Amino acid sequence: MGSVLGWIIRRDLVLALRQRTDVMTTLVFFVIVVSLFPLGVGPELEKLRPLAAGVLWVAALLASMLSLGRLFAADYADGTLEQILIAPQPLSLVVLGKIIAHWLVSGMPLALIAPILGIQYDLTGEPLFVLLISLLIGTPVLSAIGAVGAALTVGLRGGGVLIALLVLPLYVPVIIFGAGAVEASASGIGPEGHLSLLAAFLLLSLVVGPLASAAALRISVE
Amino acid sequence: MRRARIVAKPMSSTAINWFKYSAPATFYGLAGKLIPWFATGSIVLFAAGLYVGFFLAPTDFQQGESYRIIFIHVPAAWMSMFLYLLLAGYAALALIFNARLSAMMARAIAPTGALFTFIALWTGALWGRPTWGTYWVWDARLTSELILLFLYVGFIALQASIEDARRADRAGAVLAIVGAINVPIIYFSVQWWNTLHQGASVSLTRAPTMAAVMLQGMLLMVFACWFYAIAVILTRVRAIILERERGTAWLAERLDRGQA
Repeated sequence: MGSVLGWIIRRDLVLALRQRTDVMTTLVFFVIVVSLFPLGVGPELEKLRPLAAGVLWVAALLASMLSLGRLFAADYADGTLEQILIAPQPLSLVVLGKIIAHWLVSGMPLALIAPILGIQYDLTGEPLFVLLISLLIGTPVLSAIGAVGAALTVGLRGGGVLIALLVLPLYVPVIIFGAGAVEASASGIGPEGHLSLLAAFLLLSLVVGPLASAAALRISVE
Repeated sequence: MRRARIVAKPMSSTAINWFKYSAPATFYGLAGKLIPWFATGSIVLFAAGLYVGFFLAPTDFQQGESYRIIFIHVPAAWMSMFLYLLLAGYAALALIFNARLSAMMARAIAPTGALFTFIALWTGALWGRPTWGTYWVWDARLTSELILLFLYVGFIALQASIEDARRADRAGAVLAIVGAINVPIIYFSVQWWNTLHQGASVSLTRAPTMAAVMLQGMLLMVFACWFYAIAVILTRVRAIILERERGTAWLAERLDRGQA
């Protein structure tokens, strides 16, 4: 069981690292979106500081959603997905591996780079640290929920836009508590409550996400 | 490329009677007989409800005449939520029992549900303007209703973009179920989000006491909406059945007899 998980993570990571531009594109997209906001809103730091958490989180949602199409598309195109489907190993475990690999190359780098962008928005001290933590807990949820959308739309024309439509409404709780944690920390309430709820979503999504994605894959590749 | 699936045949009509109508062929006729009743009922109820709402119900001493929009707004908001649950329920039935008709019902419910959600949002905005002085506030209920509309749209878009009917049904069902798990989470998240941000400057909870006439008018309108929804959904299901079963013998027979 564990070896399947390790094998699929290693495989997906190797594939991702051979196409480093894909990984970089997501990151650069994230940076660009975050950098565009001050141009639209105005450069005053007093204005930007309360926006920081929301802007960074929305940009993170969009960036991680951009890369969701890759989750199953290549495997579907070259027939690997069918082999995975008929393999004796539990499909949801394989999907869990793919979710983890997806997070390692999209969500995690994004979370790690976020504090630098936070400084641009004049976030300092504890809120900045909370931003990092909330993204580290929250972005795996995005990968897990997003996998369902990716599995439902695999092989469809115009799948990319469709994923956004399916998945973004489901991201609502994550952004509320992710951005809320930073805000709570900045206003002195303390981020523990928000972060705990975010962690609860993570656990729930790690159970429901792979199961639903596996069911969706079986439906999509019949 | 997957294990052979046992395709459930419609149960023989003698075994358990209420399974009889789970076959599109029998349900098609039943729906055809029911539609006129529900359609007429809904017209009568709408007329009665609107009469009570606009002529009999007293003017609200705080909000004046503008409160009368609740006779449309509140039933629409209730319907939007009930119909999503109904949709998810049918979706679950479709996945668990591999029942074709349930999937068709789920597909038929979605546009009506989306319509009621839209009506609830629209009338809410129109009501908000005279009462709160603004068309839109990021109140918990408004926001979750808006997200509900997104969920409906996602469901419709997914089913519309899959050509294979069977795959569309089942993919939509998975999405509806995941959405249904998420609906309470979204609802409470949004509620906490709003209360954490700022104290609600405007409260949607109205004065608890309501004149009996107002309540009667509202109930009439709720039933009118249900009858309307049932009539429209059944009509849509019949259209879907016609489209899906166009190659079948029973339909050809019906058409020959001239009773499409």
